[in-house]
Amino acid sequence: MKVLVSVKRVVDYNVRIQIKPDGSGVVTDGVKHSMNPFDEIAMEEAVRQKEKGKVTEIIAVTLGGAKNEETLRTALAFGADRAIHVKEEGEIQPLTAARALAALVKKEGAQVLFTGKQAIDDDANQTGQMTAALLDLPQATFASKVELDAGKATVTREIDAGLETLEVTLPAVITTDLRLNEPRYLKLPDIMKAKKKPIETVSFADLGVQPAPGLKTVKTAPPPSRSKGIMVKTVDELVSALKAKGLV
Amino acid sequence: MSKILIVAEHANGKLNAGVAKVVAAAQKIGGEIDVAVFATDGSAVAAEAAKLAGVSKVLQADNAANDHALAVVLTSQIVELASKGYSHVLVPGTTFGKDLAPRVAAKLGVPQVSDVMAVHSASSFDRPTYAGNAITTVEAPAGTIVATVRLASFNAVAAGNGASVEKVSVAASASANTKFVSLQAAKADRPDLQSAARVVSGGRALGSSENFSIIYKLADKIGAGVGASRAAVDSGYVPNDMQVGQTGKIIAPELYFAIGISGAIQHLAGIKDARTIVAINKDPEAPIFEVADFGLVGDLFQVVPELEGKL
Ligand SMILES: Cc1cc2nc3c(=O)[nH]c(=O)nc-3n(C[C@H](O)[C@H](O)[C@H](O)COP(=O)(O)OP(=O)(O)OC[C@H]3O[C@@H](n4cnc5c(N)ncnc54)[C@H](O)[C@@H]3O)c2cc1C
Ligand SMILES: Nc1ncnc2c1ncn2[C@@H]1O[C@H](COP(=O)(O)O)[C@@H](O)[C@H]1O
Repeated sequence: MKVLVSVKRVVDYNVRIQIKPDGSGVVTDGVKHSMNPFDEIAMEEAVRQKEKGKVTEIIAVTLGGAKNEETLRTALAFGADRAIHVKEEGEIQPLTAARALAALVKKEGAQVLFTGKQAIDDDANQTGQMTAALLDLPQATFASKVELDAGKATVTREIDAGLETLEVTLPAVITTDLRLNEPRYLKLPDIMKAKKKPIETVSFADLGVQPAPGLKTVKTAPPPSRSKGIMVKTVDELVSALKAKGLV
Repeated sequence: MSKILIVAEHANGKLNAGVAKVVAAAQKIGGEIDVAVFATDGSAVAAEAAKLAGVSKVLQADNAANDHALAVVLTSQIVELASKGYSHVLVPGTTFGKDLAPRVAAKLGVPQVSDVMAVHSASSFDRPTYAGNAITTVEAPAGTIVATVRLASFNAVAAGNGASVEKVSVAASASANTKFVSLQAAKADRPDLQSAARVVSGGRALGSSENFSIIYKLADKIGAGVGASRAAVDSGYVPNDMQVGQTGKIIAPELYFAIGISGAIQHLAGIKDARTIVAINKDPEAPIFEVADFGLVGDLFQVVPELEGKL
């Protein structure tokens, strides 16, 4: 079976982000970017399913500007067979991303779309579910275990109440959570091999996709800062401090 | 005027405590506030929802297909109800709401607002991005506004109302493509992490699930819920539903203990609204001390039992 994996280029999770002084957004120029961590997990899952013989072809997809090619190279180094770059500059919000992903799932006849549960820049947690809705496909979000069989997937989901298991028919959309797997370290030979793998470039127009109505960002501001408190030296001091504030 | 539909999260015949916070967010928007209960028999849940201050009416949609809260099954019902003049559809920012709201929004052809933390107007909201390190003010376009509400940002409305409960019939059918198999439920013998006034969390430093017992002991002493860092969950010391942070639970207790937790930005994202943070860590340079109201440098295996004894 063919699977599609969406991979977003985001500011690296280790970067302490800066807000632009005029409140127009977050500084991204000259800042380290990498593949969204949840998408690395999605890539890893697709590769493991291929290693198990459940998946025959992995297609990585990214949406964004020219620099997203790096992200696709990373996906190819993970083990994607080929990649599609939906090349569009500027912000792409979840509903628009979902329209493009839906068009590609259809065009490629993918049996599973793996997306991350959330992108760590917009923290939206929407794109997978929206894609499933647009295609009227089942969705299994926040996956911590995936078993693929002919025509169906059994997925364990991390939800507030514990671990829920669903069985969905294929094609389906699966969004990945942290505990699904631990992505591999990429090795140099794989990175070299990835340079030779094909990347196809398409536009929204090629896919017949209209950008969806989006949210307008009015301003971006830092969160209210917490002031550094006091250091206590002993447990007794801590207990009296908490008592003084009426907390215990 | 706004007409707001809130989707009630519930389990085992009980309304989720977060719904009272969603009602509080809806009150900030203003207008008529209706709560929809989708269940096989939602009477008990609907009766609870009808008590929440500010609720105009409760719509009870009973259907055998609503046996388990599946987004595929609920979406069409919500879309049908929403088309009856609702300007907003609000759901709690829990895994239930996060699974459901985008599906509803996509069906309505509108963007979705995630994790509303403040309301400026009927269409303008603050929401966290970049693990809460940037607060973005957004303006939703024309059309139905679908949003999840960040529960840590709102205080629950009081109970004591007597809104009417209306049985409604909406088309619903069991899904042919999604089957509920099982739920391995978290044990609920401690205060619920998301609503507890006090929370004690442990990190990687605990080293094992056996050692985590000292966290439970301290928590039980002060009637606290128990949380954990991602590292503690990944290492298998505690189950996943205890993870606090950007991608786990976002909480706002009166008192939070971070024990053997370094204070990575992804963890801090989950505790920014805690009233008082206490950090216990053996490393004086640990970033958690930057945000702690009270910090104590020491070995948790000595400090925590001593603290437990003295409280
Ligand atoms: C996409 C993504 C999402 C994430 N989401 C989350 C999330 O939701 N929640 C979350 O928590 N993390 C999250 N993380 C992980 C986060 O980056 C950190 O790795 C994690 O929070 C570290 O957990 P920790 O503080 O327990 O472990 P560590 O960082 O290893 O810290 C252990 C601490 O214990 C101290 N210590 C050790 N021994 C003792 C002792 N005997 N007594 C006292 N102190 C001691 C050490 O000094 C250290 O500070 C996420 C990461 C990514 C990439
Ligand atoms: N521009 C994009 N390019 C590739 N994948 C994306 C893009 N935007 C969203 N996604 C996918 O959708 C997931 C959830 O993103 P979000 O809904 O923005 O939190 C991500 O983990 C990606 O897998």
